[in-house]
Amino acid sequence: MNTSQLFALAPWVVLIPVIALLINLIVSGRLGEKFAGILASSAAALSFVVSILLAIALGSDPMGSTISLGTWINIGNLSIDWAFRVDTLSVMMMLVVSGVGTLIHIYSIAYMHADVRLNGDLKRYTRFFVFMNLFIASMMLLVSADNFLMMFVGWEGVGLCSYLLIGFWFEKGKDGTANAAAGKKAFITNRIGDFGFLVAIFLIYWNFGSLQFDKVFSMAPMVATAMPGAALAITLFMLLGVTGKSAQLPLHVWLPDAMAGPTPVSALIHAATMVTAGVYLVARSAPIFSQVPGGQTAVTWVGTITALFAATIALGQNDIKKVLAYSTISQIGYMVAAVGMGAYVAAMFHLITHAFFKGLLFLAAGSVIQAVERGEEAAHSEEIDPQDMRQMGGLRKRLPLTFWTYLIGGLSLAAIAPLAGFFSKDEIVAYASANHAAVFWILLIAAFFTALYVGRQISMVFLGSPRSKAAGHATESSPTITVPLVILAVLAAFGGVLNLPGLQWLETWLAHTFGTVAPSQFVWLVALGSLALGLVGLAIGWLIYGRTPVKVGKPDPLKKPLGFIFTGMQNKWFVDEIYNFLIITPFNALAQFFAGPIDLGSIDRVANGLASGTQAVAGGIRKFENGFVRSYAFWMLLGLAAIMTYFILR
Amino acid sequence: MSGIPLVYYLGLAVILFSLGAAGVLIRKNALVVFMSLELMFNSANLLFITFSNYYKALDGQILVIFVLATAAAEVAVGLALMVAIFRSKGSIDLDQMNKLKG
Amino acid sequence: MTAELILFLIVALTAIGAAVAMLMSRNTVYSALFLILNFLAVAVFYLILGAPFIALAQITVYAGAIMILFLFVIMMLGAERLKELDPVKWQRPAAIAITLALAAEGTYIVFSKLNPSYVVESFSGNLADPVSIGTLLFDKYALPFEVTSLILLAAVIGAVVLSKAEKKESEQ
Repeated sequence: MNTSQLFALAPWVVLIPVIALLINLIVSGRLGEKFAGILASSAAALSFVVSILLAIALGSDPMGSTISLGTWINIGNLSIDWAFRVDTLSVMMMLVVSGVGTLIHIYSIAYMHADVRLNGDLKRYTRFFVFMNLFIASMMLLVSADNFLMMFVGWEGVGLCSYLLIGFWFEKGKDGTANAAAGKKAFITNRIGDFGFLVAIFLIYWNFGSLQFDKVFSMAPMVATAMPGAALAITLFMLLGVTGKSAQLPLHVWLPDAMAGPTPVSALIHAATMVTAGVYLVARSAPIFSQVPGGQTAVTWVGTITALFAATIALGQNDIKKVLAYSTISQIGYMVAAVGMGAYVAAMFHLITHAFFKGLLFLAAGSVIQAVERGEEAAHSEEIDPQDMRQMGGLRKRLPLTFWTYLIGGLSLAAIAPLAGFFSKDEIVAYASANHAAVFWILLIAAFFTALYVGRQISMVFLGSPRSKAAGHATESSPTITVPLVILAVLAAFGGVLNLPGLQWLETWLAHTFGTVAPSQFVWLVALGSLALGLVGLAIGWLIYGRTPVKVGKPDPLKKPLGFIFTGMQNKWFVDEIYNFLIITPFNALAQFFAGPIDLGSIDRVANGLASGTQAVAGGIRKFENGFVRSYAFWMLLGLAAIMTYFILR
Repeated sequence: MSGIPLVYYLGLAVILFSLGAAGVLIRKNALVVFMSLELMFNSANLLFITFSNYYKALDGQILVIFVLATAAAEVAVGLALMVAIFRSKGSIDLDQMNKLKG
Repeated sequence: MTAELILFLIVALTAIGAAVAMLMSRNTVYSALFLILNFLAVAVFYLILGAPFIALAQITVYAGAIMILFLFVIMMLGAERLKELDPVKWQRPAAIAITLALAAEGTYIVFSKLNPSYVVESFSGNLADPVSIGTLLFDKYALPFEVTSLILLAAVIGAVVLSKAEKKESEQ
């Protein structure tokens, strides 16, 4: 069989989840939780199988293909197809999305079983899997699109799923509105980014006359020299889109709040896949970015600063998921910095390993949270926040499997050799050391902070002795939860093989899409230096937090030596407050002004005046309608007389 | 014979029509209102005949025949209505027929 | 003043007088009789204008059949005398004013816009013998003629239904 025929399967990566979610919608839980969960998981798994088949086809025909399903828009000289692009980059993303997605789907079968019972609405079990499949479909659309507009459809689709799933328990949270508010915040913040991406799309169409990738990319050098301003604007607006979707400065504020969603959502959408869409966008648009040094610099610095900024905040958090959320922002900062510098392969490598170890960490955190909830129930203890790390401790013995997987994920995140994270992060840092000295140092400091908060978190959660009854009675999760953890742990441990220095499979693979890529370097000094830095960070974290357990109400041990700096970390450097003061408060005041004096005072008064005026006039006219036929005849005749008068006077 | 000016006939028709209209407006008795309507038909017929003569065309007279037939139909239905109304209301006072007033 | 004009004036005044009298009569029967007088006067005009067939039809159909029907209904409904008090006070004066205005305007238009030297011949009787009317009616106007028959049929059925339905209801 000719393997290139397999390319025609590409649309099915999107269609399979759509079909599954439609079935789930129609059945709507009548066949039980098992059915919904297994159907959704197998849809994700089938998507994965299709992705593998596409990868096999690419193995023999690495230039890929484009599968068009027909014309979508045809207006004037704008012609856009529903076309799926199969090349090494898109298939790599498909594999990550559907692979990690499948594991998380399976994990969710058990996790959501407990979650819907805890939150008291069994009906939402099916709904969860419908949303999850919708997400897989949208994400697949995003990565397999062959033009910017179709990509935007997926881009919006994942944003919608993100919104739906953050607000999955929309009536829960603080004051019963916190979760809904978190969803809203994510959506609105993303709108700002989407606006940027949309403007970029418009500009691309305006300057290139097409939205199809190949056409745009082939014209990129010409346009960049002819209209450098337009090219710079395109890259900068795209960067705005990236900051929104990938939670980079200054639009990162939504991601920590997005942790209000169920933990599998945080793992799949807000760690492994969706938030990396921005990185994918820049990598996909590499031919444009590589022509615009200014845009590249901007991207690099946004990523670099975000990496450090978020890493410092992660150190000050006490919520197990918030730490991971800021860690995600920071790690995506690395990727963005890498794509900005032109190290596309390194960025994609880190994207893959990050999907492994961050997905693992979130899933393991979910396992911890539910274990604590179970312990809470078993110990009949007072209500505690099951995500508060200060209430944990000593879980190493209660949850051995979760602990070991978490440890592997954490060490991978801290870039400890020979785990996956070490190789991918090292590739970025090594590239920076050769090209951007300042970026290199900042990323190195961020790496130190990363190791520090990883050490802190593992110490607080798993080491020492239990600091609450609930933690003392926690029990290990079921195999449905732990098996995906183990698989992901294996991937997080050995994922580095993908682009091992010397082998560089990923580089060869992606070179078919990116053209010639700068070969990644492996600098022994940098590698050993950052490894040492990571180990030191971990050790410091353990020294501070492993020996003196942090309890609720007591200040953090870092508070004293760092002072106001730590206060800033704890309070996320007050970004939310600054936005509140600078944007939201004035905006609300303006809205109040428009609602009060303008709308109620003027517009409504005019409208009401018109209404009452009409009423008064109608009341007057109403007198003519006295019900006497002869009166009506009189008015008719009057009209006749008037017409005749007109003819006389004419 | 030299004939009569056209305008005389037209003036007469106008006057008859106005009288009919006045009857419709003034009288409350539905039957009299009906008769006034007939008067207005009549004035129209007079015009038809006048112009039929003036233009030496027979079509005007044919139209009068049609008007006559239609008027007969209208009277038949109208009077039947009148009878029906009288049965239900006990009066043919037009001013009492204001049930449809809004 | 020619005899012709005198005849015209006499007949015209009769017609107008009868119409006014019809309007003024308290008694509905008188009104009907005055209307018949008016119809007769108009029929005379038809004769003068050379339409003997129409004149006869006017007398037989209008003054005869229709007015008999009127009288019949008047008798049936008891020839009631209504109180002529108007519920809308201004209706009567306003109506008189507006009809006077209408008449004035109409005559003004007629006399000012038309050339008074246009003349209508009197007694050119051979214009409309029944043969030519019949030919025209059943030839050129055959379709309208048939439609008229339908209208009459509908009127007959309508009249029957209207006067019958009420009876049924009162029986129940």
